[in-house]
Amino acid sequence: MLKTYTYPKFEYTPPPELASGKTLRVPAIVVGAGPVGLGAALDLQLQEIPVLILDEDDTVSIGSRGVCYAKRALEILDRYRVGDPVCDKGVSWNVGRTFFRDQEVYNFNLVPEADHHRPGMVNLQQYYLEEYMVDKADKTPHIDIRWKNKVVSVTQGEKTVTLKVETPDGFYTVETDWLVVADGARSPIRHMMGLEIEGKIFMDRFLIADVVMAADFPAERWFWFDPPFHPGQSVLLHKQADNVFRIDFQLGWDADPEEERKPEKVIPRIKAMLGDDREFELEWVSIYTFQCRRMGSFRHGRVMFVGDAAHQVSPFGARGANSGLQDTDNLGWKLKLVMDGKAPDALLDTYSAERTFAADENIMNSTRSTDFITPKSKASKTFRNAVLGLAKDHAFGRALVNSGRLSVPAFLTESALNSADADAFAGRMVPGAPMDDAPVIENGDDGWLLDKVGNQFFALYFADDPNTLDGKTIDALSNLSFGNIPVQPLVISKNPGTVPGGIPNIEDPRGVASQRYDAKHGTVYLLRPDQHVAARWRALDPAKVKAAVARATCNA
Amino acid sequence: MTPLNLEPNFREAGKRYFNAYTPGDDFYESLINTHRDLSDEQSELLNARLILILANHIGDIGVLREALTIAREGV
Ligand SMILES: Cc1cc2nc3c(=O)[nH]c(=O)nc-3n(C[C@H](O)[C@H](O)[C@H](O)COP(=O)(O)OP(=O)(O)OC[C@H]3O[C@@H](n4cnc5c(N)ncnc54)[C@H](O)[C@@H]3O)c2cc1C
Repeated sequence: MLKTYTYPKFEYTPPPELASGKTLRVPAIVVGAGPVGLGAALDLQLQEIPVLILDEDDTVSIGSRGVCYAKRALEILDRYRVGDPVCDKGVSWNVGRTFFRDQEVYNFNLVPEADHHRPGMVNLQQYYLEEYMVDKADKTPHIDIRWKNKVVSVTQGEKTVTLKVETPDGFYTVETDWLVVADGARSPIRHMMGLEIEGKIFMDRFLIADVVMAADFPAERWFWFDPPFHPGQSVLLHKQADNVFRIDFQLGWDADPEEERKPEKVIPRIKAMLGDDREFELEWVSIYTFQCRRMGSFRHGRVMFVGDAAHQVSPFGARGANSGLQDTDNLGWKLKLVMDGKAPDALLDTYSAERTFAADENIMNSTRSTDFITPKSKASKTFRNAVLGLAKDHAFGRALVNSGRLSVPAFLTESALNSADADAFAGRMVPGAPMDDAPVIENGDDGWLLDKVGNQFFALYFADDPNTLDGKTIDALSNLSFGNIPVQPLVISKNPGTVPGGIPNIEDPRGVASQRYDAKHGTVYLLRPDQHVAARWRALDPAKVKAAVARATCNA
Repeated sequence: MTPLNLEPNFREAGKRYFNAYTPGDDFYESLINTHRDLSDEQSELLNARLILILANHIGDIGVLREALTIAREGV
């Protein structure tokens, strides 16, 4: 049992269908209440889709799993209204140190980029994240979580997916229009449906230990290549909440997992690393192997795969839960439009297209990190060690050191949903880009741009002075919200004021948003419900906005 | 004469980068891939050929001498 954390036990209630024998029919089911399944449910609920979640267990993630949640995941959690507890409890770190053998080769200070609500990442044990998400889901109407409900079979018909569910009190059947599969890396449902997942296993084993240490140990990330206390391998140390530190020891492929897991083996390793006099207690120890792989398509008819069920990466660079939440970010609004008959079924294929593109980028980055950290040949190791040697004195060497690249969201530049730029723009907010945040003021209150948009399409109109917007522009903006797929207009202006006609208005007091979006008076951005740029122009033309919305929803 | 550049300097024509680490990682991956399935001896030969090709491309012997010195210092 953990010394710093007590696992909640969520209540199982016998489903009414067991007694009634009736077959329940619901619009959407999510299988799996891990971070990604919970994210899917919270996203669908924001789209006003009632959700049934089925999970075979009745508690949160056990043991040492996710640690680092990166900025984009935090922003998505903000949209799900669980960003605050995660960031309040989580630990922020800025200083990273890299050691090679017995020397520190360099350190870096990741000062969070100014004028973003969320930092590059926070560290937090996965069970806290899940606990906060469950808490939010429980307080949300139209999300029904059924614990101890295990899906044992899935059949897909033309209009219906039928599930057989096992509970402590027997079996029942439930039907749904749409199934979201978030049942984790082993994905029983993927197996039931006979679907493949392809990629590779890294021939290496890692000892993952969570230890509780005295409070004076710094909140920094330390990475060792070939340290004296663990020759030939790598070691990573970083801090989580409650003074729990995560330590990853690379063990090599030949290590015996049962043997290595024993406290009498683990404790001396950690002592050698920390120095003998530091007190610590073991919280949790496990041995992992890692793989990088993904399904060919994340969509199979009415069944959508999200999170680890669809793709897995090695944990260097923390892309598992982070990218899983980006899956749910991408899926919710598309499912809603298709359910409502406002977009063709093909929109759901773009869920798979966009997220397999992102998964490939994640797999590429974590494979690169893994190859650097655990070189597979003599030549590769020589290059790695040469880079580490050069890093001490030369900036180019430091740039090549790859001990895990911070998880960042994919720029969906290849997406068929983007409308290509016709006007000239500088900067990174290209069509397909995940939006950059910026400080804004609304009704005199400080806030953040990302909190003002999302869940539906927005037209973000940049203006110098909201008070003097001409009638034609105001009418054009207002009319955007009357389409079959409404676009909410939002004016962002340098000067304070009010837009005539009741169009909402935020201020960009220091011009940070204008600068990040390379905006001038009259610039318009069409923003997707998942806070990605769909299109942008130097001047508002309602016909072009309409066409871009059609394109972004496969209605073109 | 351009001095020896020891700042991060990788890039590829026609590519747009959203993360500073990407071009260096692109290069490093190609480098390691080029060695795939070679014996240690073959890898050594490959490295030697590569150095000669790149040295000729740089051409400026002043720059090369500087690089040679720095490379030697750390060995
Ligand atoms: C050592 C380690 C470190 C990591 N570090 C990070 C990190 O720093 N950052 C990061 O983002 N990620 C990290 N990850 C990855 C992260 O833990 C996973 O990506 C994440 O848990 C995936 O979430 P998920 O919801 O897709 O699946 P899971 O969390 O695996 O959840 C699956 C759920 O499905 C349920 N289930 C399974 N089968 C059935 C069934 N038949 N019927 C009903 N329910 C079922 C299970 O009970 C479970 O609750 C790490 C992983 C490991 C192992």
